[in-house]
Order: sequence, then C-alpha cells, then structure tokens
Amino acid sequence: MPKCKYDWPEAGDRGLIGESIDRVDGAVKSSGRARYSYDVHPSGMLYARMLTCPYAHAKITSMDTSAAEKLPGVKAVLVIQPVGSEIQWAGDEIVAVATTSEAAADDALRLIKVEYDQLPFLVNEEDLSKAGDRAKPSAEQKSGDPDTAFKDPDAVISEGYYGAQVITHCCLETHGSMADWRPDGKLKTWSSTQSVSDLPGQIGEGLRLQKVDIQNSDIETVCQYIGGGFGSKFSPDRWGIVVAQLSKQTGKPVRLMLERDQDLEVAGARPSYYGKVRVAGKKDGTITGWDSDTWGTGGMGPSGNPPVPYVLEGIPNQLKKHTRVNTNIGPSRAWRAPNHPQAAILTMCALDDLADKLGMDPIELLKKNIDFAPEILRQAYVEELDKAAELAEWKKYWHPRGDKTPGHLKRGLGVSIHTWGGRGHASTCLIAIHPDGSVDVKLGSQDLGTGTRTVIAITVAQTLGLPVDGVNVMIGDSAYPKSGASGGSTTVGGVSGSTRRGAIDARDQLFAVVAPALGVEPTQLESVNGRIQVTGDPSKSLSWKQACAKLGVKTIEAQGKNPGQCKLGDSGVGGAQIADVTVDTETGLVKINRMVAAQDCGLIIDMKTAESQVYGALTMGVTYSLFEEKVMDDQTGIMLNPNMEFYKLAGIGDIGELVVHMMTGPGYDERGVIGLGEPPVISPGAAICNAVTNAIGVRVPTIPITPEKVLAALAKGGMA
Amino acid sequence: MKIRVKINGAWREDDVAPRLLLVHYLREVAGLTGTHIGCETSICGACTVLVGGQAVKSCTMFAVQADGAEITTIEGLAKDGQLHPLQQGFWEEHGLQCGFCTPGMILSAHQLLARNPHPTREEIRKGLEGNLCRCTGYQHIVKAVEYAAKASGK
Repeated sequence: MPKCKYDWPEAGDRGLIGESIDRVDGAVKSSGRARYSYDVHPSGMLYARMLTCPYAHAKITSMDTSAAEKLPGVKAVLVIQPVGSEIQWAGDEIVAVATTSEAAADDALRLIKVEYDQLPFLVNEEDLSKAGDRAKPSAEQKSGDPDTAFKDPDAVISEGYYGAQVITHCCLETHGSMADWRPDGKLKTWSSTQSVSDLPGQIGEGLRLQKVDIQNSDIETVCQYIGGGFGSKFSPDRWGIVVAQLSKQTGKPVRLMLERDQDLEVAGARPSYYGKVRVAGKKDGTITGWDSDTWGTGGMGPSGNPPVPYVLEGIPNQLKKHTRVNTNIGPSRAWRAPNHPQAAILTMCALDDLADKLGMDPIELLKKNIDFAPEILRQAYVEELDKAAELAEWKKYWHPRGDKTPGHLKRGLGVSIHTWGGRGHASTCLIAIHPDGSVDVKLGSQDLGTGTRTVIAITVAQTLGLPVDGVNVMIGDSAYPKSGASGGSTTVGGVSGSTRRGAIDARDQLFAVVAPALGVEPTQLESVNGRIQVTGDPSKSLSWKQACAKLGVKTIEAQGKNPGQCKLGDSGVGGAQIADVTVDTETGLVKINRMVAAQDCGLIIDMKTAESQVYGALTMGVTYSLFEEKVMDDQTGIMLNPNMEFYKLAGIGDIGELVVHMMTGPGYDERGVIGLGEPPVISPGAAICNAVTNAIGVRVPTIPITPEKVLAALAKGGMA
Repeated sequence: MKIRVKINGAWREDDVAPRLLLVHYLREVAGLTGTHIGCETSICGACTVLVGGQAVKSCTMFAVQADGAEITTIEGLAKDGQLHPLQQGFWEEHGLQCGFCTPGMILSAHQLLARNPHPTREEIRKGLEGNLCRCTGYQHIVKAVEYAAKASGK
C-alpha cells in the first residue's frame, strides 16, 4: 500500500503509467480536424496586419494614414506607436489595419507613410571591441582562490574561446490570435499561447494601459492546439492587445497572425553567449579552478548570466565575469531551457579541451569530477554516461583528438551532460464522474504537442481503473480551473499532480456511494479493470457503469490541486548525450551520424510521449548547432534572413540516427514526476562541437558550425 | 475570376481574385483549415495538398491555376470514417507532436508511396526533404511512413 493517500502506485502495480501509449490527439491531428488559432474563422471576420519599422533604431517624425483609411475594405486603422516614439529594433510595430481581406490589408499598409530620423545602432556583439558603451559589465563572482589555482606550477591549464549565437524559435505556427469583442462587452480570444489561464489577466492589463476599459473576468482565452511555442509564446504581446482593440473598434472578430518575416524578426531571440574560459586541473584529472570572461546579448533588455561552470557547479576556485551588450536586434525570449545550452557549450567544450590537454578520455574526466555536480544527480550522471557510451559505441569509435585515418572524411565523437529543474507548476483541475459512467477532467493548461492531454488521460484512467479512452480531457480554456503555463518543463508535473489528487478524491466519493451495495466499508474498495471491487476479490464487484448508476442524478465533482498533499513529483534531472559526426575536410560540411541521449525525468507517465520529447530535442539541438542563426547586418541593422529559406531548420535528411534511452527503475521512479521538455535540448550543441573537434583535431569555437567556420578552423591548424 | 474545382470528391465553383493563392482559397474560401501555412515561401511544406494526385505546396500556386483540377486535402484522405494508413501510421508511430506540419507531411508521403510503395528509409528521407518539422525529431515520421507502406501492402 502506498504510504500517503495520493502517492503513485508502487512498481509492479502501475498499470498504464510508464507504458508506451498512443497520444489521444493523434487522430484529430492526422486528419486535419485539429483547429489552431489560425484556423478559427467566424463569419464576418476581419484580417489585421501591421506596418513595421524598417530601421534598427529610429525616431518617428511624421505619419500619414489618411490614404489607407479611404481604401475600400479598410475597417480600422490603429496607430500603435505615434509620432515621437523611439523605436529600438527593425520590425517593431507602428500601425495596424483591419480589413475585409488579407490582400486589402497589404494594400492598406503600402498607403501608410511614416518618416523616421535614424539613430545609431548596434546589432552584432561577438566582437566586444566594437560594442563601445553598449557593453555593460553586469556580474562578477569569485569563490576560493582562483589566482593561486591557476599559478600552481603543477596545474595543467587549458584555455579557449567558445560561443553560441542568437537564434529564434521559428515555431511552424507564427504568433498571433483571433479576437472577438462581442456586443455584450465580453472578449474571447483564440490565442497561440503557452499560457492559457494567465492570458486574460495579461490582455486585460494591456488593454487598460491603452485606456480600453475591460475587466479580466470578461475575457476568455482558448488554445486547443498550437503549432509550437518553445518558450516564445507566454505573453499576449503587443499584437495580442492590438487585435482586441481592432475587434472592439470594428465590432467584428479580427485575426492577427504574424507573417513569417515578422515572426523571425521580433517574436523570438535566444540570447547569445560568448566567452574566454580557462580551466585548471591536476594531472589525475581533478579540476582545480575555473576562470570565465563571458558576454552576450538579449537585445535591449537583460538576458541573465550563463550558469557556468555548468553542472559541475562545485568546481573550487572560480572567477566569473559577465558583460551584457545592449543591441537593437529585438527583444529576447525564453528559448527551451533558457541559458542552459549556451552554458553547456561554454563549459563542456572547455572541459573537453582540458581532457585533451591531460590526454584523458572526456567521459573519464566528467566522471572523475562528478562530485562537483549536485549530490542528488551524481549517481545518475555516472549511469547515464555509461549508458550513452555503450549506445554510441564510444570505446569503438572515440579516439584521441583528430581522426588519423586517410581521406577527407573525418569521424569524431563528443560528449556533454546537462541538468534542469522541472518541478510541477501550480495546477487546479475539476474531475467529474457522471451517473452514466463518463468522466470529465477540466483544467486550463494547454497541450503544446508534448502530450499533456495524453498524460492527463493516463493519470486519471489509471487512478479510476478505466481505459485511457474512458476519460474525457478538456483543457486549453481559461474558463476551466486555473492551471499553469507550459514553461520550465513544469506541465507534466503540475497536471499529473492535480489530476491524480482530484481523481483519488472523486474515486473515494464514488466508493462511499457504492460501498453499502457491496456490504463493505469504502476503504475496502478498489477501482481496477473497469470495476469497483472489494480489494483483491473480483467476485464482490460492480462494473464501473453499474457503480456510477448508483449516483442517481448526482454527478460527483472533485477538485485536485498541485502542489498538495503527498510527494508526487520532484525537481532536478540529468542527462548525458554523445554526438557522432563525420566532417568533410574538403567542403567543411558536418554530417550527423548518430545522436545518443540517456535522460532521467523521475517517474514517466507515458513512455511514448517522453521519448518523443527527447527525439525532438535532439533534432532541435542539431538544428541550432549546425544551421540556425539570426543574421544581423552591421550596415543596415536589419535581419538578413527573416525567412525559412535562409533561416535554416534541419530537414529529415540532416539528423542522422537518433538513439534515446530513458532512465527508469529504482533510483529514478520513486522521485515522482519531473518535467522533460527542455533538458534534452541542452547538450546537443556542446556534444556536436566536441565531436567535430574530435574529428578534425581543431576546435570550431562557435555555433552554428557552418562549412565556412570548419574550413577556417582547418586552415588555422587542423588536419586538412 | 470564376473557377471550378473538385475538392475531396465534391465540385465547387467560386469567384476568386486572380492573386489569391491556392492555400488561401482552400483555407479562407473553402473553409478547409487542415492545410496549414508555415513559412509562406514554399520551404516548409505545411501547405502541401494533392492536385491531380501530385503533391503541391499550395502556397506556390494561384487558385485560378487549379481551375478544373481535382484536389485532395488532408480532410479528404480518410474514407468512410476509416483513417488512411498514413494517418494511422502518424498516430501510432508518434510521427507528430504539435501536429502543424502533419497534414503536409502526410500528403507528401502519399505521393512518395504512390510512386514507390515500398521505400527504404533512405528513400523516405529523400522523399520528405521538402517538409520541415520543428517538434518530432523526424525519426518517427520515417517509421510512420514505413507503417503505412506495410499496411497498404497487405
């Protein structure tokens, strides 16, 4: 018996939990019936588009919208930023129009005349010497005695330069929403958002700032399906406020989805981090000192500091400096595991260089120093490194730096480890058991495609002893009980916690109704295999339907909450990844042969959706390592590749073989549910960088590892 | 301009602007929103439909160019309430997450299997090069197509 009422079942008694179960929304998505925000199209709907600023830094000096206002089909023109406004990035929104067709919207925008005074700008930060007063020292931390550690004559010191570029989110569905401000004063939005429950409050606040009167309680947000978020869709953004204003102004529903160029220019920028890193170690591999001087940009706002040294945070004798560079590239946004992939590159590449200098296998170096990692994860890292090494055939394919076999194709392997929190968010749900045996679960959180619906269905089904399709999951609507945003890998922990507790309470209410009919106390009952029965005695039982019929006309309702009683989840996961690449030293092309991931995340609810997160993360990792970059032009200050032809995503032929191993069983399961969406996207960058170095014998210091950079590195001293 | 097209087995006539793209016609005029718009510039393949049995990125074509054509969108693939093997494959083999690229991916795979009923993994990857996915990691998409090839071969 579980020790605490809501505890997850013990191993061997978990039924559906941890099995590989098909996602519940597979048919609706594969048949084109899933409705995304972009698909909602009530009759009379207007189309909105926005005129944006073509300059990286400018002041608006004049504006004339009169010709646009007179154009047939134009129903509203809304000035977003008036004359006198200072604009801080190209692509910032200036004027919006609402029209009867998309074509008319484009015509209207062409008729709007805006003039600007251009101001000085900075859009590239890798060369810190050109940043001038845009560079602002933002943090300095010292622990122990780094001076002495680096002066120790016995110390082996490696020194290097590493970095990760600014990238965007490039969700396949752009940002935006459809807003319907009805005559009764109520506003409903269909928003592409990671934060359904919180959006009405944010929209209300944004509208009131624009002097548009509305109460939060009169706003409802719906997001049933979303074409990707990855951290970029938490707020309604300015366009989410503008579309509501346009709907109020015109009395019609209005759709405003960003076009792809705008989306890439303004709706997502992962901060860059570059750094000079020194690491000191003893000849036996024990790390004795860390010294990093890092910088990066998150646009004009703060972007935090990279958490270095990453994972091995307990390295003694540290000196860390960080400089923030203010640039006119657009605002930064959280990007799947904010700051961690960059910190992994700064750290795991530096450690790989130290291992090379020591003549050590980098896996051995990580294991040797694993006591510098948080205690709760040390054992997991050792097991994960061993597992990843086995699956990647490390012993067979890894070699000291530089593939010495003849020819222009060089193969190499690289390793990295990572960590993440992932504690479940605050979640409230309502569970209803109806007299006809149907079961409804309602909560506000959204399913980003990760499998939230499926996880909820499995949790409730297993708790009530029903099949997965016996549970009707209703989510993604702010009218449902408030449940957290999908960020920080917190959703699975939050919704599994609230629905587990709610389902246990609902089940107990049903037991109380049914117990007299079976002539036992409610505590003697269990719900298994679609029946309510005396524990261990199927002969004394009722079918689920018979049991529910005893409710008469009364529906059972129970609320579930997370956090709550009993420990259903935890925080802190680890993972190890190995990249296996081949580099063509004639063309500079990097080909991924294999990516291996060993990952823990506590108790897994659905093995299929869990593994799927890791497969997807590996591909996203390959993409930012080899292809993606927000390319900004020093001359004009604009983004040069705001389209998917030149903002490259990995295609199906670019990713090699993906091998995923989830760590389960004793030591993992009893921690309860921990989030998974972000951690596996952290290590690919560092692992691929190290693999390329292992292949060609010289480091390509920054990602993306383009052919140009590979050839430049080889020219400087590789093995071409 | 007046056009007449057969969409998912039913003929319809509409008066459309010459500059209206086929994808906008399908989504905004015919109300078939299973065809998605991802990149707007014929790179991502989310808007792929079948025109006369050929996979076409419907943002590359004007609606008027489809006059007289037979078009199949994702909504027209299931027959008599039964999912097409490709749709079943993408579900069971977990070839989707957010689902946004899925309709285009399935219709490109439809053409691939029409030309080559038993493709190798390499041929599947080659055949789907024109479709991008941001979530799944692709590997399960290959499996989904293999599933369909196997199921259709029975």
